[in-house]
Amino acid sequence: MEKILQVKDLELSFHTFAGEVKAIRGVSFDLKKGETLAIVGESGSGKSVTTKSIMRLLPESSSEFKNGQILFDNKDLTKLPERDMQKIRGKEISMIFQDPMTSLNPTMPIGKQVMEPILKHQKVSKAKAKEVTIELLKMVGIPNAEVRYKMYPHQFSGGQRQRIVIAIALACNPKVLIADEPTTALDVTIQAQILELMKDIQKKVDTSIIFITHDLGVVANVADRVAVMYGGRIVEVGTVDEIFYNPQHPYTWGLLSSMPSLDLEEERLYAIPGTPPDLLNPPVGDAFALRSEYALKIDLEQAPPMFQVSDTHYAATWLLHPNAPKVEPPASIIERMKTFPGSRYYETKGGNV
Amino acid sequence: MVKYVGKRLIYMFLTMFLIATATFFLMQTLPGSPIASYNKLNESQRAIVEKKYGIDKPKPVQYAIYMKNLAQGDLGTSFVFKGKSVNDLLASRFKPSFILGAQAMVFGTIIGILLGIIAALRQNTFWDYGSTFFAILGISIPSFVFASLLQYWVASEWHLLPVGLWNDGWKSSILPSIALAMGPLALSARFIRTEMIEVLSSDYITLAKAKGANGFEIAFKHALRNALIPLVTVLGPVAAGLVTGSLVVEQIFAIPGIGEQFVSSIMSNDHATIMGTTLFFSAFLIVVIFIVDILYGIIDPRIRLSGGKN
Ligand SMILES: Nc1ncnc2c1ncn2[C@@H]1O[C@H](COP(=O)(O)OP(=O)(O)OP(=O)(O)O)[C@@H](O)[C@H]1O
Ligand SMILES: [Mg+2]
Repeated sequence: MEKILQVKDLELSFHTFAGEVKAIRGVSFDLKKGETLAIVGESGSGKSVTTKSIMRLLPESSSEFKNGQILFDNKDLTKLPERDMQKIRGKEISMIFQDPMTSLNPTMPIGKQVMEPILKHQKVSKAKAKEVTIELLKMVGIPNAEVRYKMYPHQFSGGQRQRIVIAIALACNPKVLIADEPTTALDVTIQAQILELMKDIQKKVDTSIIFITHDLGVVANVADRVAVMYGGRIVEVGTVDEIFYNPQHPYTWGLLSSMPSLDLEEERLYAIPGTPPDLLNPPVGDAFALRSEYALKIDLEQAPPMFQVSDTHYAATWLLHPNAPKVEPPASIIERMKTFPGSRYYETKGGNV
Repeated sequence: MVKYVGKRLIYMFLTMFLIATATFFLMQTLPGSPIASYNKLNESQRAIVEKKYGIDKPKPVQYAIYMKNLAQGDLGTSFVFKGKSVNDLLASRFKPSFILGAQAMVFGTIIGILLGIIAALRQNTFWDYGSTFFAILGISIPSFVFASLLQYWVASEWHLLPVGLWNDGWKSSILPSIALAMGPLALSARFIRTEMIEVLSSDYITLAKAKGANGFEIAFKHALRNALIPLVTVLGPVAAGLVTGSLVVEQIFAIPGIGEQFVSSIMSNDHATIMGTTLFFSAFLIVVIFIVDILYGIIDPRIRLSGGKN
């Protein structure tokens, strides 16, 4: 499939009073046309920074690209002048933020806010833009859009505001839509509605989506592929089935074990021990080693490369090295792996394949 | 909205009533008598004058008469400018004060807002420090110092503008307006800088950027209106500052305005004029505060003036 966006070896630092925060430490991934790529990982792992750097929304004064490329439309976005970036933002790549209560301008009617990217990026008349705006508002499910487009954000509920933010993001039919925890701030029923809406829309307009979330349940629901981030790196990437049923990285094991499940009646939820790595002084080897019971000696000395598990599945853990000792994943992970053809625990009637 | 305005008007009248009452009785405690300057009068002549101005009657009666006249808009008769009503005195002196105040307000806030925006957009650069320095000067140096400096350099030394008085058309108003404007200018520059910095870091500004807006659109279409909202609330105090500023600045430039007259009426113990001017200033400030509240509702859609449907 056609690659729409390629991030290669991206490294990015923030300059702070405390020193250089190495927030992104070598991230590579592709986004294919029409797919939804979920990025998961704990707080502070660099999900938002990665996506904001794609749109270049980080403060210019304190953030710096140290290495790597972001290729979009034959252009390297890390090097594009701000003026050209403005032509891409909102038109080719757009973004939905986490908190719909604060992401709309409180003193501007919502219609005007939806119309803005249309007037900015497309050569259309005001009347036409207004027509498109009302259509968009209807599409995202704002009832009575003809009347309500004149209203202000405070006159809408949180769920409706997120729908409006989605309308803004879709205004120019972007090739890439970045959704940074679009449902985290909403209650569960509204969450489900917004997810349905996003799936519907993706079918209609065929954009590629990068979907950031903490919620693995959401991932299973919306994503085609998943990238797991830890300490400013992607530690594992694969299709949803590969990540859920044949995970390779101990951090992914931890994440999956800490996911509440309805069918397995576990007494208590698993929590990954320890704290996230200090990005001011990132550890030398595998950043997860200190929290992992599966750490090898080499993990403390050298960062693991990406090992290929299948065409679509890669994981950065020394456990995949041919010379590594064979370790047993946690029992709940083995249970999962048993159902995945191709995993080493896959069970047919006769035994392992 | 109509209901809201009605309610506000009633409160405004009530406030005026209380201010008038308080001022009336405070005036009685002032040392000296309004006709102390008539010291060549003998007992019977003094009695005639007192009778003429009604100050021979008991205080409560005087108060009742004053309030009755006030209700009809009559502020009484000046003790010093013989036979002239306070209303006429104020009217004849209203124009210069109004022109100075309005010019200072408009000039001060507009330049202040611009300086504040520049400082916020160019945070921690020469522009920011320059405008901060300017604003601190404006806040800490009293207007009479500016007035004297402007008068000395621009008028006496360089002969660019008149030294004082109100006889050279608009030119006469420039220096006193600038001197008066320093306060509002400095205040709004500081205020807008802080607010803009705060607003510029909010989520909806990031979203505006994510839509492809450029720096100008972000500052003026998205950030400014939100940063202005809190500034509106200090316009009342700013107007009060202009009133006090005018007392001094009009004196220095010898402008025949209300402020200058107020000062001289205090010097000459002209009770009726002092009271009339105090009430006039109070009414002015009450109206300003009222306008500010209405403005607030217009500029901030989240505030719909309550008291009925809008
Ligand atoms: N403007 C900034 N200045 C300095 N450090 C920053 C800045 N923005 C982010 N960081 C740091 O970069 C790291 C990654 O942050 P990021 O916001 O990408 O995390 P995240 O994965 O999105 O977490 P969450 O799930 O909580 O949103 C964190 O350690 C954070 O402290
Ligand atoms: Mg985040």
